[in-house]
Formats: sequence, structure tokens, C-alpha cells
Amino acid sequence: MASNSLARPGIWSIRGPMSQRRYWIFAAIGLIAPIIAWSIVANSGWVEKVFMPTPGSVWARAVLWWTEDNLLQDAAISIYRVTAGWLLSAVIAMPLGLLIGTFRPVQALLEPLTDFIRYMPAVAFIPLVMLWIGIDEGSKVAIIFIGTFFQMVLMVAEDVRRVPTAQIEAAQTMGATRLEIIQLVLLPSAKPALVDTLRITMGWAWTYLVVAELVAANSGLGYAILKAQRFLQTDKIFAGILLIGVIGLVIDQLFRLLHRKAFPWMHTKS
Amino acid sequence: MDAHKVVTLAPRIRVRALGKIFGDGPTRVEALKDIDLEVCDNEFVTLVGASGCGKSTLLRIIGGLEYHTSGEILSSGKPVSGPGADRAMVFQHYSLYPWLDVMENIRFSRRLQVNRGELTSADVEVASGRAEALLNLMGLPNMAHAYPNQLSGGMQQRVAIARALMGRPEILLMDEPFGALDAQTREVMHDLILHVFKLEKATIVFVTHDVEEAIYLGQRVVLLAPRPGRIDTIYKVPLPAQRHQDMKHSREFLDLKKQILQRIRETSGMKTDSDLLEQLSRTASTQ
Repeated sequence: MASNSLARPGIWSIRGPMSQRRYWIFAAIGLIAPIIAWSIVANSGWVEKVFMPTPGSVWARAVLWWTEDNLLQDAAISIYRVTAGWLLSAVIAMPLGLLIGTFRPVQALLEPLTDFIRYMPAVAFIPLVMLWIGIDEGSKVAIIFIGTFFQMVLMVAEDVRRVPTAQIEAAQTMGATRLEIIQLVLLPSAKPALVDTLRITMGWAWTYLVVAELVAANSGLGYAILKAQRFLQTDKIFAGILLIGVIGLVIDQLFRLLHRKAFPWMHTKS
Repeated sequence: MDAHKVVTLAPRIRVRALGKIFGDGPTRVEALKDIDLEVCDNEFVTLVGASGCGKSTLLRIIGGLEYHTSGEILSSGKPVSGPGADRAMVFQHYSLYPWLDVMENIRFSRRLQVNRGELTSADVEVASGRAEALLNLMGLPNMAHAYPNQLSGGMQQRVAIARALMGRPEILLMDEPFGALDAQTREVMHDLILHVFKLEKATIVFVTHDVEEAIYLGQRVVLLAPRPGRIDTIYKVPLPAQRHQDMKHSREFLDLKKQILQRIRETSGMKTDSDLLEQLSRTASTQ
């Protein structure tokens, strides 16, 4: 019968299968190839070193930053700002989104308003925030908050709305009260989606961190990038950008790990 | 189980002159009109009809998940004013809690009571015994700690039925519970639900679009007609209480099936496929 069996579809067939090993080989190529391309261009002399430093010099600069210029402190203050702004946003957006996604009057009251504010550019609030809050830590946290909060509310509301009606109605016919349905059905059912929302909005918080630090700060990764531009230290700009990317990637992976650990039922198949 | 004796008991569900209107103005739809129906204690009634006849709506009104706009509905003598644990419902799908394992799903109604402090630890002990028994009754003794997404569609519905039975509801409402299952699994589920019906002495109202299923399970088959949804005919199923798959080939069964299918076609108000086919072939031949 073996001669009759179909050939295993190749990796280039539509939605074709791929072994774990091959997947990681391709992923490694995808990550390393741009660095090699960058290295070739930077070392070729086509572009002036001031505009495009070599990977080696960026690495050297990062090491120097670490040893002489307190990279750790810059990273720590930035991580603190992002976490504070994002956490503040999450603490308010979670209950508010839950209410919007659960009760129609709250939805009518708050969703169009949130939709409207969401389209206002967070960056444009910077002058106002500086006037109102000043230029200390509060203002950076506030800008990150403005940038993430309104999107987060809408995403949380949508996560809650996606809970299948049958799950809610089944609880109702078992005698569950409104509070019990929120506690025992809506929240646990939406939880995996909520963790994803937190993960995605964390990425946005990092974008607004740089905006906040570019404007009103004297410490942090974003500030270091801005200062490096003033001294034409392109390698430091590169190092700062790459560092933010790495921190983001690590946080993202932590969230994914949390997702797998917290929701084993989503990751098991018969 | 003698059908005649059952009729003398007080009805478990009493629906009188019930109407349901969806929407308002130009989008107004009269989903149900002048529904009169009594379901006796420990009776198995099936609802069939063309799509849009309101059979699911009627079931959902009995369950308190939908409200009616006129008439009255009593469950165990009390007006229905919302969903309650006395009227458990089994849905077609997506009603299990994927984050709970099979046992936790089945015990969900007990967890509600524990939450409210209505149960003592002794009660919980008894309840876990019942949960085990239901799991065995459903033929899933080894699946207690599996998650719903590890189960087949048929197994998921078994869990949903066990979960609905856990709170000992007076009435079990089933909204096309086997509609998404394949034919073989469905036959197994039919005998299972009849077994449950005998054992649990529940009153069951069962909505389906499958006439064979309706006859095989029901003591009475209620046929609804669409636009507006209304009760057209109520058929008494001329089969003994103890059903058997072979009965599906009996004269009485086939006659009733033919009769009901015929009536559904008549009430659906749609042109039959054969008419359409004839029309198509005529236009084809003239060209």
C-alpha cells in the first residue's frame, strides 16, 4: 500500500506542515540575515560610518555604555516608566472594559467617547501634560497612560464580548446570578484573551515611552538615544533601539510563557 | 410508563395564549402567536417545524432566556420571570467551560451553591457522588480530568447533559443538542437520553429539525408552523414507552414520519425542490 500513499506535502504547499527543527532554522536565518546584510553594507564603505556604524562598533558602544555610562540605570528607569504607565492603564481599563463589554448602558455611555479620544494623537497631549503635571516622572507615566489606556479599554471590552453567549446562558439556567456570571464565566472565559491584550498593549507602551523620554527627560533609554543624536553617536542610537527591541522581545516571551502556564487547557489537544 | 396515567397529573409547564414579537415598526416580526401548550410531569415532548417557526424561541421562553410579549407561561405553577435552576438547558454547542475539566464542568451548579454558602461539606460529599454517577451514566468514567477541547463533539454533549442534570432540574430543555453530531453518534445519544429520561424522571422539552429524532424520542411531537410561529398539530407517538432502534422501521413510525414531513412541507410555504427542478428543466428544453 505504501506505493499508493500520497507524498507528504512539502513546506511550500499552502499551509503546509513544518517540523519544529526546520522552523527554528528558518527563524534563525530570519534573525541573522539582516545582521549580516547590515554588517556587509556598513563595512563596505558605501555609507559613511557616522550614518551607519558597524555591528561591531554598536556592540562596543553598548559595552562601553554598560561599563561607563550606567546603561543599567537607563534601562531600569525606562522599564519602570513603561510598567507604571501600563499598569495604571491596566488597573483602570480592566474593570471599565469588563463593564462596557457586559452592560449595554455602560457601553453606550463610554464606548463612543473612548473611540473618539483614541483617535486623538497621544503625542499631541505632551505639551498639555507638561503644563498640567510638569516634567517629573508623573508626566512620562501620564503620556504612556494616554497612549495605551484608550486602546486597552476597547480591547478588553471586545475580549469580554467574545465570550460565547451559550456559556452565559448555560450558567443562567443553572441559577447563576449576575455577579456569579461575571466572576465564574465572563472573567475566566475571557482571561486568555485578556492576557494577550496585556501583552500587545505592553508593546505600545514601549513606543510611547520613547516619545515621552524624547521630550521631557534626563534619563532613560529614549533620552540616551536623543542625547546620542546631539553628539552624532550613531552607534549609541543603534544600541539604544536594539536594546529596546530586546527588552520588548523578552517581555513578550514572558507573557507567552505565562499564557502557556496559566491556560494549559488551551494548549492541550487530544 | 403509562401515558394515560401521566395526563391526569398537573402540567409541569403551562403555556397560554403566548405571543412573542421581535422588533418594532418595519422590522417587527411576530415570532410566536397564540401558543397553547401543556407539558405534563415526566413527559418527553419534542418540537419540530420548518425553520423560522419559532420552536427555539418557544423553548428559550420556557427557559426564561427570552421574554414573551403576551399571554402567560407557568412552570411548576409559578409564572416564568427569568432563567432558573429548575429549568436546565442543553445547547447545540459552545456551552461547556473550556477552562474547567469535565468533572468541574459537571459540578458547576454545585460550585454556585457552595459559593453562596448554601451547601455544607456533607452536601458536597453527596454531590460529588452524584457527579461520579452522572459521569458513569454518560459513559465517560475515564474522562473526569480531560478538558472539553480534548473531547469529541458527542462526548462534549454528554458532559453538557450531565452538567444540566447535576442540579436535579424539574425540567430539561434541549435546543437541538445533537444537531452538530454525525448520524451514528446521534443514534447512540438518542438511546442515552431515553435512558436518562427514565432514570432521572425529568420532564423534557426537546427542539429538533430532525423528524425521525422527534418521533423516536418524544411521547408527543408538537409541529409548529412559521409566519407567525404557531402550533399547527400535536401528534401522539403510537409507540410503547420503551423505545428501540428497530421501531424506526415499523409501520406506525414510518407513517407518522411521512405525515409530519408532509405537513412541514405544507406549512413552510416554500416551493418544493421538485417544482423548481421541473421549472428549470422546462426552460432548458425550450432553448
